[in-house]
Amino acid sequence: MLTLNAFLLVGAALFCIGFYGLVTSRNAVRVLMSIELLLNAVNINLIAFSNFLDPINIRGQLFAIFVISVAAAEAAVGLAIVLAIYRNRDTIDMDNFNLLKW
Amino acid sequence: MGLSEGVQVVSFLILSAMVLGGAVGVVLLRSMVHSAFLLGFVFVGVAGLYVLLNADFVAAAQVLIYVGAVNVLILFAIMLVNKRIPPSKPGISARNSITGIVCLGLFALLAVSIYQVPWNIQTPIPMNTVIEIGKRFFSEFLLPFEIVSVLLLLAMVGAIILAQREFIPDRVAGGPEPLALPERPREEEDEAVTIAKR
Repeated sequence: MLTLNAFLLVGAALFCIGFYGLVTSRNAVRVLMSIELLLNAVNINLIAFSNFLDPINIRGQLFAIFVISVAAAEAAVGLAIVLAIYRNRDTIDMDNFNLLKW
Repeated sequence: MGLSEGVQVVSFLILSAMVLGGAVGVVLLRSMVHSAFLLGFVFVGVAGLYVLLNADFVAAAQVLIYVGAVNVLILFAIMLVNKRIPPSKPGISARNSITGIVCLGLFALLAVSIYQVPWNIQTPIPMNTVIEIGKRFFSEFLLPFEIVSVLLLLAMVGAIILAQREFIPDRVAGGPEPLALPERPREEEDEAVTIAKR
């Protein structure tokens, strides 16, 4: 029998893996991939809640669709920013992106 | 879902192993291209979990948008940004170990809170979600729906403006091609492989 807790645990584990990648990776493209993992973890949670707690008005699924579209916009703008920084600084190492520091 | 419970449990176990293993690979693999393909694998696994949760429309949207658009966009970015980062010092750095501890603590906190909350669980009702989602998008969620369309248009225009070149540089005598992307020099082992293939 599938329970709500099983899906929530998968979502929590995926969120933690994505968070680890977000903080530790030095490649800017890998940071964007980790953000996609985080958004997918949130979507698993939303749809699990929609299925088990709110099966009549499936509001979680509507929220998940909005999250997916915002994630697509975020990926496009993020990769464009990475390309622009790569042209100006000739690197995509996150440790060198200190243009706004001090 | 018309599947029996045993099939559901087995497919849940396979899909979650696929998602979590793929996510670990995305974060830890050295090659960016391998990471990007594993990311597509993770997205397909998440779509399978949505099917198990009676959300067939969202599963189809996940495959179309994430696997079809976002993953291809990331692959294009990896092709354009062809720069190898020098590997950090061998051994476990302080940043990685502190982040690992924080993530394990966060997971423990989330797991404890998941098991402590008394969820008001209702029996899932399989229904035609496509019709229901369409009705709601055009009645009570009409304003957010339209705002999302404006947001997508803005993101498209913004991405084009951010990624375009503002000027075309002059060609320096003996220098590189003006519009060529700066690429990393070909490694010696690649050349050795090409020579061996000849």
